[in-house]
Amino acid sequence: MRHLIDIKDFSVEEIHRILDLADQMQAAPERYRETQRGRILATLFFEPSTRTRLSFESAMLSLGGSVLGFATADSSSTAKGESLTDTIRTVSCYCDIIAMRHPKEGAPLAGSFKSEVPIINAGDGGHNHPTQTLTDLMTIRREKGRLDSLTVGLCGDLKFGRTVHSLIAAMSRYPGVRFVLISPPELRVPEYVLSGLAARGIPYEEVESMEQVMGDLDILYMTRVQKERFFNEADYIRLKDTYILDTDKMKKARPDLRVLHPLPRVNEIAVQVDLDPRAVYFKQVKNGRYVRMALITRLLEER
Amino acid sequence: MNIDSIKRGIVLDHISAGRSMDLYRYLHLDELDCSVAIIKNVKSNAMGRKDILKIDDTISIDLDVLGYIDPGITVNIIEDGKIIEKKHLSLPEKLTNIIRCKNPRCITSAEPSLDQVFLLADREKGEYRCMYCETKKAARYT
Repeated sequence: MRHLIDIKDFSVEEIHRILDLADQMQAAPERYRETQRGRILATLFFEPSTRTRLSFESAMLSLGGSVLGFATADSSSTAKGESLTDTIRTVSCYCDIIAMRHPKEGAPLAGSFKSEVPIINAGDGGHNHPTQTLTDLMTIRREKGRLDSLTVGLCGDLKFGRTVHSLIAAMSRYPGVRFVLISPPELRVPEYVLSGLAARGIPYEEVESMEQVMGDLDILYMTRVQKERFFNEADYIRLKDTYILDTDKMKKARPDLRVLHPLPRVNEIAVQVDLDPRAVYFKQVKNGRYVRMALITRLLEER
Repeated sequence: MNIDSIKRGIVLDHISAGRSMDLYRYLHLDELDCSVAIIKNVKSNAMGRKDILKIDDTISIDLDVLGYIDPGITVNIIEDGKIIEKKHLSLPEKLTNIIRCKNPRCITSAEPSLDQVFLLADREKGEYRCMYCETKKAARYT
């Protein structure tokens, strides 16, 4: 039985097989409409989500399967004081696969030790978000035609941005990838991510100014400063508007730049940028459904 | 200074000078009924100075704890006054319930029943990382 807790749980080849299947599913969804009939996905969201939870549910329903679960910790037995591992042990008796989101880092890994079914990490605190990364990889591969030899800028909350940590882990396995990490000093990429890059000799630079690097980038991955990750609201208010991508900044970028964002957006991308063909974050949303269909299929095949 | 050789027991040799008391505490040697000798600042060709612990009984020792605290230690098992086994330690790949993760965002802070597991991330630097949240913890004495 396989789980997806960290994007590095899958080899590059395994990821490509998932992306290939997602492409096939998007091209001919009717061929896969009944392939998971009789199977149940449990979506256990101990932390609020719109896109990720609905895309998992949409993915399973598109494969002919069923879904059950909860959308907040308040509506689960966690509110009664049940431990995470007991909840997972129980729910895994009712379903064939689990997608879980939890505010604590490492919660899906802890859950996987007690689960009788595959666990998919749908986001653990500020740590990892591997299925968003699959979505990002699918989008980059489609838009750029490759995943290697790219200069990837990541901007915003790089400290608590779990999508950032997983994307760096995934992209750093491709040759010729260079990272430009754009953040205020308080929201720099965590030490464990940087030491992983340094140990493997992968080039990166940390900058504070977005303008100075706009013209260098093949990919710009924007992120939201996440209110829910701050213990101190004053810090959030001080940092939340540090970077705003607008049409002026887009003028400094390459014509073949692609702008991604895991969404939800607050105000870090001006809505006028949505009209720029280089902005692909809503295509990303669509890709997320198919890549999750492919992931569910692969994990259930290996069960 | 003379300390009698032991007939049956354990000698922890090549302890970095000054660490024997830490080991004494970590291994709970104060709870033993047998004789325990703590020998500090012994001259050593290889180490300059070293500490030695002699335990006059064969007890179960957690080698992971020992390797984590001081990976240079040699464990000599003595029977009939002779060394019958010599164990050279190294930093263990995995530490279970020896150190705790201090990251308040880690799942271990919310689920006390979980084992505290750290994995060796960099042997040269002696760095361990929490298995759950990847928070770094340097080895105690490197």
